[in-house]
Amino acid sequence: MALLSIDDLEVEFETRRATIHAVNRISFSLDSGETLGIVGESGCGKSVSSLAVLGILPANARVAGRVEFAGDDLLALPDSKMRAVRGRDISMIFQDPMTSLNPVLTVGRQITETLRKHLRMDAAQADEEAARLLERVGIADARNRLRDYPHQFSGGMRQRVMIAMAISCRPKVLIADEPTTALDVTLQAQILEVLRALVAEERMGLILITHDLGVVAGLCERTIVMYAGRIVESGPTRELFARPRHPYTLGLLKSVPRVDARAKERLVPIPGTPRDLRSLEAGCAFAPRCPYATERSRAETPQLRPIDDLEHRVACWNPVPDGDLPPSRPPAPVEEER
Amino acid sequence: MTGEANQLVRVEDLKVYFPLRSGLMFDRHVGDVKAVDGVTFGVRRGETLGLVGESGCGKTTVGRSILRLIEPTAGKVEFDGVDLGSLSKAELRTMRRRMQMVFQDPYSSLNPRQNVGAIVAEPFKIHGIASGRELEARVQDLLDVVGLPRGAGNRYPHEFSGGQRQRIGLARVLALNPDLIVADEPVSALDVSIQAQIINLLEDLQREFDLTYIFIAHDLAVVRHISDRIAVMYLGAIAEIAPVGKLYADPLHPYTKALLSAVPIPDPEVERSRERIILWGDLPSPAAPPPGCRFHTRCPYRQETRCDTEVPPLRVLDIGHSAACHWAEDIKAGRIEPRMPAVP
Repeated sequence: MALLSIDDLEVEFETRRATIHAVNRISFSLDSGETLGIVGESGCGKSVSSLAVLGILPANARVAGRVEFAGDDLLALPDSKMRAVRGRDISMIFQDPMTSLNPVLTVGRQITETLRKHLRMDAAQADEEAARLLERVGIADARNRLRDYPHQFSGGMRQRVMIAMAISCRPKVLIADEPTTALDVTLQAQILEVLRALVAEERMGLILITHDLGVVAGLCERTIVMYAGRIVESGPTRELFARPRHPYTLGLLKSVPRVDARAKERLVPIPGTPRDLRSLEAGCAFAPRCPYATERSRAETPQLRPIDDLEHRVACWNPVPDGDLPPSRPPAPVEEER
Repeated sequence: MTGEANQLVRVEDLKVYFPLRSGLMFDRHVGDVKAVDGVTFGVRRGETLGLVGESGCGKTTVGRSILRLIEPTAGKVEFDGVDLGSLSKAELRTMRRRMQMVFQDPYSSLNPRQNVGAIVAEPFKIHGIASGRELEARVQDLLDVVGLPRGAGNRYPHEFSGGQRQRIGLARVLALNPDLIVADEPVSALDVSIQAQIINLLEDLQREFDLTYIFIAHDLAVVRHISDRIAVMYLGAIAEIAPVGKLYADPLHPYTKALLSAVPIPDPEVERSRERIILWGDLPSPAAPPPGCRFHTRCPYRQETRCDTEVPPLRVLDIGHSAACHWAEDIKAGRIEPRMPAVP
């Protein structure tokens, strides 16, 4: 049985002018020890769906569907019970750690607070554990640094403090929403390394939300691609990157330059701009930008269905033929032997 | 003099220090943030020089000092053979028509109350180049060139998406027919599918208008794609400069090696097999850069001698390829092994 399972999740935002259909009936699941990547561009619904899972959307959001975790439907859980799940069983890290850390409390106080509240530790135990957690995410001199305030840490360290806080109660699910987007590339590598080690050692399920296909390729076993509030393709990462079947996935892969490119090839952008989320017209949302679109694509919304094998799914009436490959890869790894 | 005839821009020993002050009454000068500390390079006519590095490395400050948007503390910037520091205000203003800047967030540089036509017409008016019917025609031409739809001129910036706003910014920049465009993270705020549109547009414009680019970015894949030559900066200095092919195939500075190995590649097969050099320390403060080589505090190839005492000069190691590392030859030959700490 899956650790977390999301069924027909739907999120709408009521604004004064219109209803925004942010997430349209998406379903997916996560097992323990699994890393799942959710990729897509701004406004595709990747962040909103995870906020919905945790029940932390603003008041004008309408959520429908089922989020099953440990036998409960989280969407139906009363607030008091949901508070216990959040932070203890399922926790989340965000893009900008500074907005989620309290600037007037020491880092130690912020970590021990969760430990004492959720795990009922006493002050000494909590201090001990907090120091261990900071060490775990690679912060040197952890015991002394507990007394420091967030501004005394650099950007990369703050993000590591956030991870330490997020894993403090040994959550079963960790949701990381663009955890490295605000960081420089060498710091990004540090954070990804920490996450990689945590998943392997603590056997937690990780949902990594990102716009960066490279980050997913390096860290996630399974990948979901979202577009305009829907899942357009999902499957094992290797399969999905080697044989993308949705024209949008292929489009994404062809539009990003690669640092290991063999020769300078002209990028192939996806024409046009994403669909307005105010309308819920029939038809595939990607059709207006899609070179593979047919009459049917414009008339009927395609559902996610298996293609090739049961794991690889695509929501498309006219999938990319197996053979229209993503941009060529160099013959051998570019890294020189040391 | 190193001034080759085909060089459009020549930067020599550029230094930009921002003073640190303290004290309530006496505004004491207590030190400097050495944002740029002795940078030398040239840019040939028609080429794209990529300037890469992480936050705080000084790449943006270099770009701005070239346009004299920041007054350098020391050093010289020559544009088409003219020392910009020697020009009067009026002369500088005339010269600035030939060099323009494109910013990361076009929205903040577009007046929200002007329609797009007026925004693009402004440079023509300021420099008294065109008016009336001719002005209208030239504005429309520019909007066509950057791929904005017909009728865009009558609409306002907020009606456009990020990618289209960057097009508006480019139309305005092209109005004065510049020779040099300094583009500071021009695509990093855009979604990937839109990023590719703007990168292609920049390439087309370069060919059509014979432009020289200084392309400042932190994304090494994008920089590789668009640049002919690349300068890698670390804490206010150039660590390595080389033609793009050489830099990526044969990086000579340990920082470049680490940087390249840290860039994720959208290919699970390659990601599984590649070797990563993870730099565990943090970036030192540019107000108190480490002595000797600035990178020695994080360098996996650091040696017992010289690294922490002697500043490595940027040395020519191959044709057009320079790096600032005492041990570059030994590292390349495999005589020095990197120390790779595991996850602490």
